[in-house]
Amino acid sequence: MKLIKRLKDPQTYLWILFAGIIASWPTVINKLNPARLGVIGLFFVYIIIELGVLKLIAIRKDIGLYPWLQSSFLLRRLLRMLSTIVFVVTLTFFMIRLMPGNPIEIYIQNQMTSTGMSYQEARDQAAALYQIPLDEPLYLQWLDYLWNMIHGDFGKSYTSPGTPVTKFIVDYLPWTIFSVGTGIMISFIIGTVLGMYIAYKRGGFMDHSLSYFSSITTAIPNYLLGILLLIFLGVQLKIIPVSLMRGTAPPGVPAGFTFTYIFGIFGHAVLPMFTYIVSTVGGWILTMKNTTLNTLGEDYVQVAKARGLKEHRIILNYVGRNAILPLFTTLVMQIGLLMGGSPLIETIFVYKGIGWAMGSALGQRDYPVMQAIFLVITVAVIFANFLADMLYSKLDPRIKTNVAD
Amino acid sequence: MSPTDIYKLLKSDKTGFAGFIVLMCILLMSFVGPFIVPLDTTVKLNEIYQSPSFKYWLGTDNMGRDIFSLIVHGGKDVLIVAILTGFFSTLIAFFLGSFSGFVGGKMDTFLMWIVDVFLTIPRFPLLAVLAAVVTLDNNYLLAALLAALSWPGLARAVRSQVLSIKTRDYIEAARVLDLGTRHIIFKEILPNIMGYVVINFIFAMTAAVYSQVGLIFLGLIPLSGQNWGLMIQFAWVRGAIFYNGSLMYILAPIIVIALFQWSAIAFTRSLETIFNPRLRGAK
Repeated sequence: MKLIKRLKDPQTYLWILFAGIIASWPTVINKLNPARLGVIGLFFVYIIIELGVLKLIAIRKDIGLYPWLQSSFLLRRLLRMLSTIVFVVTLTFFMIRLMPGNPIEIYIQNQMTSTGMSYQEARDQAAALYQIPLDEPLYLQWLDYLWNMIHGDFGKSYTSPGTPVTKFIVDYLPWTIFSVGTGIMISFIIGTVLGMYIAYKRGGFMDHSLSYFSSITTAIPNYLLGILLLIFLGVQLKIIPVSLMRGTAPPGVPAGFTFTYIFGIFGHAVLPMFTYIVSTVGGWILTMKNTTLNTLGEDYVQVAKARGLKEHRIILNYVGRNAILPLFTTLVMQIGLLMGGSPLIETIFVYKGIGWAMGSALGQRDYPVMQAIFLVITVAVIFANFLADMLYSKLDPRIKTNVAD
Repeated sequence: MSPTDIYKLLKSDKTGFAGFIVLMCILLMSFVGPFIVPLDTTVKLNEIYQSPSFKYWLGTDNMGRDIFSLIVHGGKDVLIVAILTGFFSTLIAFFLGSFSGFVGGKMDTFLMWIVDVFLTIPRFPLLAVLAAVVTLDNNYLLAALLAALSWPGLARAVRSQVLSIKTRDYIEAARVLDLGTRHIIFKEILPNIMGYVVINFIFAMTAAVYSQVGLIFLGLIPLSGQNWGLMIQFAWVRGAIFYNGSLMYILAPIIVIALFQWSAIAFTRSLETIFNPRLRGAK
């Protein structure tokens, strides 16, 4: 029990940190450069704020920096976002550097056996590929890796030599954001409207059929749904010319705000978008139906009816606004799920977004590209979370005071 | 509660009951079926891509093998991994969640921070990268990895349940009687959140099937033998979707996986009525 008490005490960790710094100081001091110093500095700022160290050393808790930091919702969320990103980067670092059979060791072995390089040469090449200085002590490697990731410096691809990974991301990411984003928007709009409609007409034909449709489509894994769509719309009924739709944009048409180009873009994205819509719309319908039913029973709706307000005004301003609020948290989860599932969906439709790039990197075991795309997808999801939090706190001011922990 | 009571409750929700029946059929088919239906994997070149008939209920694949027997034999591994994942992740989630809720303080903040982080990381890409680094050639390792990434949601749910139950009168009474933490967690709190735990067990199972089949589809798990996921991957790679004759080859595993996912989720509706006495009166 004494140990648990110690573990619960943040001061224990402060002492461990302090001892670590003192012990490693002589080696660190020679190797410090502005970049490493910057990362260490960021860490200190982070630890001070997040772990409540300020609470320990703050003499008065009602004035100065501490209450301001705790009261700023935006700042707390920003810190949460940063800490998650650092955590994920650390995770990937350990994955490619320290796991048994990790890609760096394998790469060095392969280079030595296939090209007859010396160990040192192979090691240097691996270091350049991954942007990790392999000759330094481990914690400095980690700091440098963090710094490079913060820069957007993701190393180089194995399979297409000399191409920086950043180029992959710049080329492919926008298409995924476009298709996933548009898909979610359309599905959200259709789902909420239909959900509200069947809440009003509950027990009717539409209610039953839509409920069954929703319970089936939400249960099937979305990539299997994608294959089914491809089979039935593309091959059996030949509604969509599948063979013309590989890639992201129509070939030979210059990019710009011309009708053919924009039409072509939507045409190429239609199958992935349709899959995203079909697999998520059921969820929106069911939740929207529930929240609308709950809202309809509220006092303020009854009062609004008693006041003789116009029907459409009650539906939009009183019921709709309040029923839609709880759906925003789900929206965030959906973004994460769809972005995460994009390697499968985009591989199926050969839609050349970031997911497809990840799928092919996985197939060729192109580790630098793989880890970079994983990081990019994660950061995109984390950022979407952050934006949704901000949006939600604007829409529902109660959240700002409730969340304070 | 007697078995007849449980049966009545099961039947009270039609969708849930249908889910229960389908789920049982799939489980029976996958675990008992292999002893009844023989598996013949020899290549028969004269019987490639046969359409469904009395001899071959679902037709044959690109090597002339009976698709029905492949489906019967292919479920065991997928379901074992799913069940193991559900079991491991529920276990981790229950212990960490109740510990976090019970102890509180900084430990609670820290554990919930970890939960938050895990919930924001998109799970499938992380799994894919991990699968590319580690060779996932046995079921237990795969289940452990899937479980390691799927506990946080349930852990948070358990924690909030524990937090709300912790202050109730009967827990106070148990404390006053000095019944010990173990008694309070297992005898007082666990029965109250059993419904939660069981339903989340099933959700963890369906999530495991999603990730597992996805990983197999991308060719990241070096498997051999019969497996629904592998069937889909082989059929996909061989372009089975483009020919009418080979359509059953890819459709059969897709439909069986879809049925499993649907029935498992539908079954949770019955479970809700069984574990939550408050819902019973409403019917």
